[in-house]
Amino acid sequence: MSSLFDFEHELQPLERELESLRKRRDANGAEADQEERLKGAIDDRLREVYSRLTPWEKVQVARHRARPYTLDYLQLAFTDFVELHGDRAYADDRAIVGGPAVLDGYAMMVIGHQKGRDTRENVDRNFGMPHPEGYRKAERLMAQAERLKIPVVTFVDTPGANAGLMDEERGQAEAIASSISTMLALRVPTVAVVIGEGGSGGALAIAVADRLLMLEHSTFTVASPEAAAAILWRDSAMAPDAAASMRITAQDLYGMGLIDDIVPEPVGGAHRNVEAVAAEVGRAIRSSLDALDRLSVDDLMRQRYTKYRDIRFYGE
Amino acid sequence: MKEIFKRHPRYGAAPQDFEALPDNLWIRCPRCRELLYSKELEQTQRVCSKCKYHFQLTAQERIDLTVDAGTFELLGPSMHSVDPLHFESRGESYSDKLAQYKDQSEADESFIYGAARIDDQAVVLGATEFKFAGGSMGAVFGERVARAIEEAELRGVGLVIFSSGGGARMQEGTISLLQMAKTVAALDRFKESGLPFISVMADPCLGGMTASYAMLGDVNIGEPGAYIGFAGRRVIEQTMRQKLPQDAATSEFLLQHGMIDMVVPRVELSSVIGRLLRAYVTCNQSSIRRRLVEQPV
Repeated sequence: MSSLFDFEHELQPLERELESLRKRRDANGAEADQEERLKGAIDDRLREVYSRLTPWEKVQVARHRARPYTLDYLQLAFTDFVELHGDRAYADDRAIVGGPAVLDGYAMMVIGHQKGRDTRENVDRNFGMPHPEGYRKAERLMAQAERLKIPVVTFVDTPGANAGLMDEERGQAEAIASSISTMLALRVPTVAVVIGEGGSGGALAIAVADRLLMLEHSTFTVASPEAAAAILWRDSAMAPDAAASMRITAQDLYGMGLIDDIVPEPVGGAHRNVEAVAAEVGRAIRSSLDALDRLSVDDLMRQRYTKYRDIRFYGE
Repeated sequence: MKEIFKRHPRYGAAPQDFEALPDNLWIRCPRCRELLYSKELEQTQRVCSKCKYHFQLTAQERIDLTVDAGTFELLGPSMHSVDPLHFESRGESYSDKLAQYKDQSEADESFIYGAARIDDQAVVLGATEFKFAGGSMGAVFGERVARAIEEAELRGVGLVIFSSGGGARMQEGTISLLQMAKTVAALDRFKESGLPFISVMADPCLGGMTASYAMLGDVNIGEPGAYIGFAGRRVIEQTMRQKLPQDAATSEFLLQHGMIDMVVPRVELSSVIGRLLRAYVTCNQSSIRRRLVEQPV
């Protein structure tokens, strides 16, 4: 592993040992037992480290560059994906991707935020921060799915919607509001999976599903920890404190009943075993859709309405 | 003759701390810095006589200025915010903060609603309380907006909401974010009832508020000069790394870009809302509408 987080540094000696063992093995072909033992030891350490991640550490894992993005899931867990483009009004936003795809023989409309891995890609994808045309494309694809009667699956992974003047000109607020409204009113089952950063209204715009799932080390927040710290304490360096006080981890949100399930990640996070996490996410989507499929459209709509209408957390 | 051309000292030269004067005789316009006589400001419905800046109003001031005198009836049971996250900031709990908000605003939360008549048309009307936590959307806010929406449907009357606020309430975290979903869910249902929602946005209307129910009016109205947007001016300037023009993301800017239907000065608001309600509700003779009126739910 080339880049380790600060909180992973205790793994360094073990990883170095594994590395040198592998080099020696290349030379003489033996010592497989020892390699297995060492791998097991690394996994044990990782399991322990990842079981006690602080909220701020989770934020860092959720933002890891090697973490799978929407298109990775589409490639690994789905077949027959055809990417559709454009909002039919202004532009094609590369920060949101979508189109029909098949999971285990079942067709669905898949829509998700898309980040880039390097600078060039991130310029193209705007760091996964959509413009209004991204949400309008998402809305168009949702409406299409409803008409063709296939479920909608969304992958949520954005620092937030883009906040430039061009976004105000083209109606960022209206685009998000309208996307929420459209998604809540869809007469087909919907599943949302937060796979990385669920950042604010820009995330919620495609997250108001019948089943809201989160990966084990993902976050879902009203404002990025940096922004929240700036608002609360006028100091974005206090982001770790904001991350802790706002209860943004999958575990906290599940504990409050705000999400439906947590999808487990491989040992040491999704970025350490992309195939495994893709398979796990595929299974979670399938089982959610199987359950939703048993409901009549009226029951589906009633349950979804109640789910969002009846959020309490106030005193009366 | 020379006297005429003599430069007079600028009004702005008043002592810096005049705002703290106990009698509040003079109020400085936050936009053009003009000093305004407070009695005169009341007569202009709290609009600056020089630059036409529409001052922020408390919920009660808004209601008093908008509805037919004496027709407002506050609805909904008393409700209060709780501290589901056990939020603490620098040794101060959210509960402490809530007590402060109450003291500062003399209101019980950041949104109130009730039944009233505007230009003799029955409505359910809601208004944000900017002085309470910047009009932010906590759980009580979202619940009250949803109940206001449902009350309008129950009574078969139009819905008018005045919105001004900074968006999310950080101390309620993701619960605050989900109020966007709650208010929109309620509004989606309301819209099936065939009744209109008139959304009036006042300075400033931002973030999750604009990006949820407030932008989804059948008619979106902005007050003159109001900042209405997804992101605040400072955030946009950081994103763009440049200063914004003065009129960026104002009502007039949004009108020009097709995001709102009209910019209405405060003095004309009641009569514009009245006209809309007559067209959409009172004089709406469709059979669906008639059934609604004859057999309220």
